[in-house]
Amino acid sequence: MSTLVKRNHWVVRLTHWVNVVAIVVMAGSGMRIFNAHPSFARPGETFALNPWEGHAIPAWLTFGRWLGGARHWHFAMMWLLVANGLLYLGFLFLHGEWRDVVPRRGDARDAIEMIRFYLFARADHPRQGKHNALQKSAYFAMPLLGIVIVLSGLAIWKPVTLGFITALFVNYKWARFVHFVAMAVLLLLALVHVFMVFTVDPYSLRAIVTGWYDRARSPEARNARPLYHLFGPARPAPASTEVPPT
Amino acid sequence: MTLDRRRFLEITAASLGGALLSSCNANPEKAKPLLALAERGNEVVERGLFRHTAMNDVASSAHVAGDAFPKYFVSDDVPTLDAAAARAWRLEVSGAVKRPLSLSLDDLMKLPRITQKVDHFCVEGWNARATWSGVRVSDLARVAGATDDAHFVDFAGFDKGYHESWDMESAMHPQTLVAYGMDGSLLTPGHGAPARVHSPIKLGYKNTKYLTRVVFMPMRNGGYWSDEGYEWFGGT
Repeated sequence: MSTLVKRNHWVVRLTHWVNVVAIVVMAGSGMRIFNAHPSFARPGETFALNPWEGHAIPAWLTFGRWLGGARHWHFAMMWLLVANGLLYLGFLFLHGEWRDVVPRRGDARDAIEMIRFYLFARADHPRQGKHNALQKSAYFAMPLLGIVIVLSGLAIWKPVTLGFITALFVNYKWARFVHFVAMAVLLLLALVHVFMVFTVDPYSLRAIVTGWYDRARSPEARNARPLYHLFGPARPAPASTEVPPT
Repeated sequence: MTLDRRRFLEITAASLGGALLSSCNANPEKAKPLLALAERGNEVVERGLFRHTAMNDVASSAHVAGDAFPKYFVSDDVPTLDAAAARAWRLEVSGAVKRPLSLSLDDLMKLPRITQKVDHFCVEGWNARATWSGVRVSDLARVAGATDDAHFVDFAGFDKGYHESWDMESAMHPQTLVAYGMDGSLLTPGHGAPARVHSPIKLGYKNTKYLTRVVFMPMRNGGYWSDEGYEWFGGT
């Protein structure tokens, strides 16, 4: 029996890569916009929650060259980001794949077991479905952060015309802070995600490009931790609980 | 080297992504038509969302920025009128109007006065509060008798040719003022004396200071920063 499974539907693969481009451009242009006034305090006030108040982000991390250019990129790319996000979430909902990422009872315990395994406090890889419990929580948090980012973005784009959205975040100043922090957390999760792909499961790259995944090379089959058993031999696939998409 | 379907797709995806990203940074000129299209689309959305009933709501207890309120102008020095020039200053209201006006500061102060504590949203990302006193642009339009041809308004001042044109709906918003007072005093030169446009519904750069002319127009007329590449609509 072949150990190959079709893991990712083309909608998931397409929206994943569109997201990569959209988020890189949005974050880069957003940080360039931020650099025009790299503080959260209003003039004459102080802002205690940002230890780097007044310090700009290194220019090489930014995108759009100047404030006006970055704003044009930001306000153009936002539509692609939102359309792509809606396509992805709509697909997850209609296709039932939200079950792969929505937390359920036992996830907290499974996440603790994954951490124990990564810290060598446990010898064997915990059993898992399509994703392990840590992955699930990250993939669940990302769209939630996306929703917070879009709402806080609307709040600072149209603080008067859409003032009722701004009021959800108290006011313009706090909406801007939430927009920034949510972006930073999302980028951090994305960086951890990329690190884990290359150090734990590089075989999943195939699954996010062509859709195919070899379960005989899954981290569970290789008993793989970050940088451990990266190129372990293909083993008989364990009886996985993963349900292939139809 | 054999190239199976999987490898082909991987290489294609990687190079497309890479090319897209590098081309954006290497040659933004190519992206300009697309960005301009997005700006026009955004303007349609922004004007569609715009409501005169959507107001900037600042609590009466909120602190004003006071001396910390940034002073901004494009001339080398603060544009300042001497006493004689201040007496001679007039606000011309013209263009698509039945009764062009030429108002002294006293004339302006005789028109219905609005005092409002509102936000000032700068394109840079900060906002600052102040209490502004002045005349609604909608009242000026009413007194001057703006005609049906007035779809845009150009606000021009004596700060090195600074001007910005607005859509009529934004200019007619009840919080859009020709302001002559700030925090209970007459405007100082740093804040656009003797009169300036102030509204929370447009970004700071749309709010022309050192105002001399309000011209109602059938066509838009760009603006100082809009012509430099900032969004023309610049609405909040």
